[in-house]
Amino acid sequence: MSSVIKQQNFTGPIQEAGRCLLFLLRMIAGLRPKLEQLLSIMQQTYLIGARSLVIIMICGFFVGMVLSLQAINALEQFGASDQVSLLVGKSLFRELGPVLTALLFAGRAGTSITAEIGLMRATSQIDAMELMAIDPIQRVALPRFMAGLISVPLLTAMFNALAILGSVVFAIGVMGLDAGIFWSKLQTGVYFGKDFLGGVYKSILFGGIVSLVAVFFGYTAKPTGAGVGTATTNTVVLSSVLVLIFDFIMTSFLS
Amino acid sequence: MRKRSGEKILNTQKQARQNPGGPEPAAPIIRIRDLVFRRGNKTILDGISLDIQRGSIVALMGPSGAGKTTLLQLISGQLQPDEGSVEVNGRQVSAMSDRELFRFRRHIGVLLQNGALFTDLTVYENIATPVREHTDLPEPLIRRLVMTKLNTVGLGGTEELMPYELSGGMARRVALARAVVLDPLIMLYDEPMTGLDPIAVSTVRTLMRETNDALGLTSLVVTHNVVQMSKLVDYCYIIASAKIAGEGSPEELAHSPDPGIDQFVNGKVDGPIAFHYVPAGPAWSLLN
Repeated sequence: MSSVIKQQNFTGPIQEAGRCLLFLLRMIAGLRPKLEQLLSIMQQTYLIGARSLVIIMICGFFVGMVLSLQAINALEQFGASDQVSLLVGKSLFRELGPVLTALLFAGRAGTSITAEIGLMRATSQIDAMELMAIDPIQRVALPRFMAGLISVPLLTAMFNALAILGSVVFAIGVMGLDAGIFWSKLQTGVYFGKDFLGGVYKSILFGGIVSLVAVFFGYTAKPTGAGVGTATTNTVVLSSVLVLIFDFIMTSFLS
Repeated sequence: MRKRSGEKILNTQKQARQNPGGPEPAAPIIRIRDLVFRRGNKTILDGISLDIQRGSIVALMGPSGAGKTTLLQLISGQLQPDEGSVEVNGRQVSAMSDRELFRFRRHIGVLLQNGALFTDLTVYENIATPVREHTDLPEPLIRRLVMTKLNTVGLGGTEELMPYELSGGMARRVALARAVVLDPLIMLYDEPMTGLDPIAVSTVRTLMRETNDALGLTSLVVTHNVVQMSKLVDYCYIIASAKIAGEGSPEELAHSPDPGIDQFVNGKVDGPIAFHYVPAGPAWSLLN
């Protein structure tokens, strides 16, 4: 009996991962060069991406400010406070921008995707689609997944831009650092390929991970209030953990 | 070009209704033989056999949890039987591939218990969705089709409303319009009158009869409402304890000497149909 339970505990997550991969393949197979599908993806990109913009911008601005504050405090001890833009830029573009945006996106949009699809399952809307010979994966899951994939890199760019602005406001406006030194260090120290593009690759991967987890948990949620609640929680927890794991893997490959 | 492919689909439906190359017109449109379906160790349906004739409205009645909705899901191919066969319009549903199943479902309309309208779409878009998905009809023709169906269910003028702005009865009627928008061969109703007030019940019942007769459909209605069904259906099957407990016209069942049918039809507490849930596996007892 206990060996059966142990076996289930071990194979359960692997089976779930396999199902999730098959779900991804079914979504990709459902991609069609159709105007209707493109419009649906655009609509979801607006609902998921554009509506996450305000929270991403606010968080980005304050992350930039706090990074500058900590960096200036630390660098002042070595007389290197003029290097603050270099430190802020590299840490933002390489790590903090993609990771924090993905985590915020999981909390803001991932939960909403899971809850929406889970509720469609609970109110038999998914069943109704199947009975009308409409593929719910193609119609419901795919546009949301693609919207996440498109939105996260764009939101990361906005996050980074606002974080730099926050850093400028604090370092130049509050602490009185020289603006010329600030911008020149940022321009010469942060590389387009290694730092900026590395962050872009990460943000595309993180967008895919968070969106896949969100649509999969929503689609497979138990059709009850508790089932939808559990699926929503699982989306935030699992996508956050996966983002951090894949961040390490990507960083080790990119460096 | 677009119009031609839309016409092609409508013609295909017409041909399917005329049934060329299929079974004889007198043959039942739904034929179920020795159907067994289990969930884990529990047998939900055990050796069910029934025929449903073309053009008729047939009720599947029985107490809650008797397996009526399960039978509906087996007919629509949402579930696979463990044993036996489900044949619809001369084709085995359980033998169909996913693609064939999707093609088959274009010819059936289903009205689910809660209507299952798409909550993010307007009434118009809800009804237009299956048309857009399965035909290439131009927008003016889709609009005419949708408005015709909406007027048929008495809801002309509600096309711009969202589902949350509709009452339960209105939502059920919109769902009915959506289910028949592609003129299906068979309509499956799952508890269509649950939670409706008496006026809405009469409206939906009248609509079901008129839709069935006007479009030449065959309707299968899952319900446990004996009184309402006696005014609507041509034939009834009563499912209890995983088997067909009785069948016949509503009048025949009302005067049946069978104690199980008598208990169900007249709503008696005592009788052969058990009140308590019977779990799978060894019988539960106070002593163990």
